[in-house]
Amino acid sequence: MYSFSYQKAKTVADAAKVLAKDGDAKLLAGGQSLIAAMKLRLAHPSAVIDLGTIKELSGIKGDSKAVAIGAMTRHAEVASSAAVKKAIPALASLAGGIGDRMVRNMGTIGGSLANNDPAADYPAAVLALGATIVTNKRKIAADEFFKGMYETALQKGEIITSVSFPVPKRAAYMKFKNPASRYAIVGVFVADSGSGVRVAVTGAAPSVFRVAAMEKALAAKFAPESVANIAVPEKGLNSDLHAKADYRAHLVTVMAKRAVEAAMK
Amino acid sequence: MATPYIGASIKRKEDYRFLTGAGNYTDDVALPGQTHAHFVRSPHAHAKIKSIKKDKALKAPGVVAIFTGDDLAGAKVNGLPCGWLITDVNGQPMKEPPHPCLAQGKARYVGDHVAIVIAETYPQARDAAELVKVDYEELPAVVRAAEARKNGAPVVHDIAPDNTCYVWGLGDRAAVDKAFSGAAHVTTLEFLNNRLVPNAIEPRAANATYSRADDSYTLYVANQNPHVERLLMTAFVLGLPEHKVRVVAPDVGGGFGSKIYLYAEDVVCTWASKQINRPVKWTADRSESFVSDAHGRDHVTRAELALDREGRFLAMRVTTTANMGAYLSTFASCIPTILYATLLAGQYTTPVIYAEVTAVFTNTAPVDAYRGAGRPEATYVVERLVETAAREMKMSPAEIRRRNFIKTFPYQTPVALLYDTGNYEATLAEALKIADVAGFQGRRADAARRGKLRGLGYSCYIEACGIAPSNVAGALGARAGLFEAGEVRVHPTGKVTVFTGSHSHGQGHETTFGQVVADRLGIPMEDIDIVHGDTGKILFGMGTYGSRSIAVGGTAIVKAVDKIVAKGKKIAAHLMEAAEADIEFKDGAFVVRGTDKKKAFAEVSLAAYVPHNYPLDKLEPGLNENAFYDPANFTFPAGSHICEVEVDPDTGTVSIVNFTAVDDFGKIINPMIVEGQVHGGLTQGIGQALTEGCHYDKESGQLVTGSYLDYCMPRADDVPAFKVGTKETPCTHNPLGVKGCGEAGAIGAPAAVMNALTDALGVRDIEMPATPQRIWRACQESKMKKAA
Ligand SMILES: Cc1cc2nc3c(=O)[nH]c(=O)nc-3n(C[C@H](O)[C@H](O)[C@H](O)COP(=O)(O)OP(=O)(O)OC[C@H]3O[C@@H](n4cnc5c(N)ncnc54)[C@H](O)[C@@H]3O)c2cc1C
Repeated sequence: MYSFSYQKAKTVADAAKVLAKDGDAKLLAGGQSLIAAMKLRLAHPSAVIDLGTIKELSGIKGDSKAVAIGAMTRHAEVASSAAVKKAIPALASLAGGIGDRMVRNMGTIGGSLANNDPAADYPAAVLALGATIVTNKRKIAADEFFKGMYETALQKGEIITSVSFPVPKRAAYMKFKNPASRYAIVGVFVADSGSGVRVAVTGAAPSVFRVAAMEKALAAKFAPESVANIAVPEKGLNSDLHAKADYRAHLVTVMAKRAVEAAMK
Repeated sequence: MATPYIGASIKRKEDYRFLTGAGNYTDDVALPGQTHAHFVRSPHAHAKIKSIKKDKALKAPGVVAIFTGDDLAGAKVNGLPCGWLITDVNGQPMKEPPHPCLAQGKARYVGDHVAIVIAETYPQARDAAELVKVDYEELPAVVRAAEARKNGAPVVHDIAPDNTCYVWGLGDRAAVDKAFSGAAHVTTLEFLNNRLVPNAIEPRAANATYSRADDSYTLYVANQNPHVERLLMTAFVLGLPEHKVRVVAPDVGGGFGSKIYLYAEDVVCTWASKQINRPVKWTADRSESFVSDAHGRDHVTRAELALDREGRFLAMRVTTTANMGAYLSTFASCIPTILYATLLAGQYTTPVIYAEVTAVFTNTAPVDAYRGAGRPEATYVVERLVETAAREMKMSPAEIRRRNFIKTFPYQTPVALLYDTGNYEATLAEALKIADVAGFQGRRADAARRGKLRGLGYSCYIEACGIAPSNVAGALGARAGLFEAGEVRVHPTGKVTVFTGSHSHGQGHETTFGQVVADRLGIPMEDIDIVHGDTGKILFGMGTYGSRSIAVGGTAIVKAVDKIVAKGKKIAAHLMEAAEADIEFKDGAFVVRGTDKKKAFAEVSLAAYVPHNYPLDKLEPGLNENAFYDPANFTFPAGSHICEVEVDPDTGTVSIVNFTAVDDFGKIINPMIVEGQVHGGLTQGIGQALTEGCHYDKESGQLVTGSYLDYCMPRADDVPAFKVGTKETPCTHNPLGVKGCGEAGAIGAPAAVMNALTDALGVRDIEMPATPQRIWRACQESKMKKAA
């Protein structure tokens, strides 16, 4: 780690003020990505602004229509939340499948979305459920939020405060884990809102994406066989030691099928 | 004393301190005035070092000193030695390129140590290291064993223009060729034995200090054999008087071989501590461990087995290329030779065997012993061949093995080893039962109904532990002895401190050795402490590797205990006015045979230290004995592993649904500790087969799997609840009848897993680690074959 200054923010406005003043300052949520990057000297913020002390950023509120999750809510809280389990069980189970226990106890939904790791799980849920990302400046629709590898619509100094998920009729997430890191090699979130079906894929490409062909087929008939023969093109998919693009493309279909099966249970 | 300690599952004495954070690891050692070191490492796999500029770094805050290869050369610090000289097929010595402690002229792998930066704090050292300007001229790199000898391959060392360290052979080549020409069936396999990163939980660390008062050094180091470390460092590298260097290996958090060796960092910290007259401390971080710890395995092998019509083995022919990495690590040269080819008989009566091993240099981290060291590689060759032969000849894998098992002992193999004892049918029979092999077809059919593929694989391994005797090893090129030393110090009150040259870094010696001594002396275990890991306390030691501790170290202790008892008898005879021949030592007391006269152990020890009523004219006072033990032979643990896997062909995921291991470790001192060792070994064996693969990029020579994001250590949910059993065929040539158990799991498991997997998929081979992607591809290929 390089040396840096550390400060606790009392309010979102506080944090925004520091960010505005110091272009090299960074927000610290669960630290599960940021601290690791700093330890490896890949990140070198001049200052770290800890959001952990801002009460209003944490917590889950839900009713039959939507679930709102504060940016600083830990994965473990989402996984075990009665409200989330009742309204969107697929989201609770997704959170419970992130990393390991230590990571889930520290990592936050806001940090995960701001980071937009190509292999992160939450982006699939956010995109498939058509969630809204709320920041200190505006509301951003899921379809507008994910811009590319580690890139989002967030502007400099913009802070995620919460995420609002509409409650679907049925949904499921299926993740094929990287055996080493246990991030998603391919994760497919299928959500049937009643008025339409959305299929979002994470891990497979530089950024989360929707599969229109699958959505259309599932809207016509919500059944595993509807997607069994729909393949995503290999071109543009990630290719690495663990999974070449053709394997990833294959896994998208398999995971989509299994997600539909699970959603129907 | 109630029950005997030997054979009891006594909870580990050391666990209290480990589990409550009271352990004392090298990084816990804080010396007054200590400085902190960081090593500048090569970012390139192969590069000329044109210049190193350190002036800017020297001015950075907190920097105390910076040294480079030139400084070491100027001070006449030698390179690191290799501890085993291999003589090649032409009678020539292996190529031994210099292994400088800090690179000189060239960097030969990513992570090669180029300079040491010493500062007041670790972050300062690290910051300053970035200011050391090394001007590299990148050279093309070669990383794969199979590429190293190709025409035009980059040359790692000028003294080995074909990148060849040696070509070594063992066995009767002509007889083997003849047997093959007359064989009814020949099974041939070509495969890789994957490179592994050892990944001890505790990274390597050193803290060295120099005392001006008496011109002496103390080095705390995470190491498996402090005396060997000291001997190599003083005699070969630094030219220091051995008695002026104390090496302490305190609590050590795992080694798996990777902490046997003398590493450059240990030497440089020790040397630098005198230059700056302050302690120099270094602890590797995980990224550093990945690139700079000695790796394991990395073989390319072609293996052939000749059989007669009935499936009897006639001959075996094995050609292996072994990747040594960029330099010869301490014992690198003997692993793919002495500890590999000699094991190719396995449990079988194969009459003739020939093995040829070519060791090559590449631009990768040095490769040396890793849990099993040579023996997993040999077992993999033998057991994959045997299982494949059974499939090809439509025989049951159990039957083909039974037909070829060695049944009479002692047995002289055609590859130099003399097995003293064993009972291979017994472990196989037990394993078949525990694994419910009879019910396998039913389970396979059930899996098929669920769209899954089940497979069953066997591995009947043998290992040679406690490498010995020293004179034979010496004739084969060893540059060190292979005995062990022990000392038993009985205090006046009858309490006992035992000093052993073995080193415990997770094995639980403090418990196991304590049980042995408690039984032998008939005193409670609480009265005994086992001390290890300090050249300042222990007379000598060869340390712990190759599952040698109980068989060699334990025996040295037993011999010292025997001397204590013998002397005690003399003292007791005097005290009870009886003839020495009439004294018996039983249940912790010296008894006059046939009478009720006796003296407790503590009474005799007190007499030895308060020698008022004592035969001072004939006997020295005190009760302290030591012993050195050089075994007459290796010990030969063996066993049968049976693995059952289930594959999801849609994704390539495999799960191990059953794993049975029935091992014959000879006499077992602590069954719980042994079972723990087996579980750990099996997990690492499964790791090698399914998850762990060290991967260097072919072009750039960069380590792709340099963190846990990409290097997959097996986790608890990757392994099943193991089913283990034991058979006890005592070793015939040590007093405890023990053989060793530390490596067995890692030796047997990979072949069992891969045999099961190839059975499930109906393919000949899959490369280890058999990751989901590789399995999925194998499924695709066999689907296409079936369709064609
Ligand atoms: C071993 C390990 C395994 C993991 N496995 C998985 C996995 O399987 N699946 C998965 O999805 N993730 C995984 N993760 C990632 C982890 O779950 C976190 O989601 C991730 O690290 C980011 O969240 P965080 O709270 O730790 O953010 P931090 O690391 O603190 O921050 C990440 C980035 O987001 C910015 N940021 C944080 N909060 C905000 C905010 N409110 N507004 C704007 N910007 C913000 C920070 O400035 C920083 O740039 C793993 C991490 C580790 C260490």
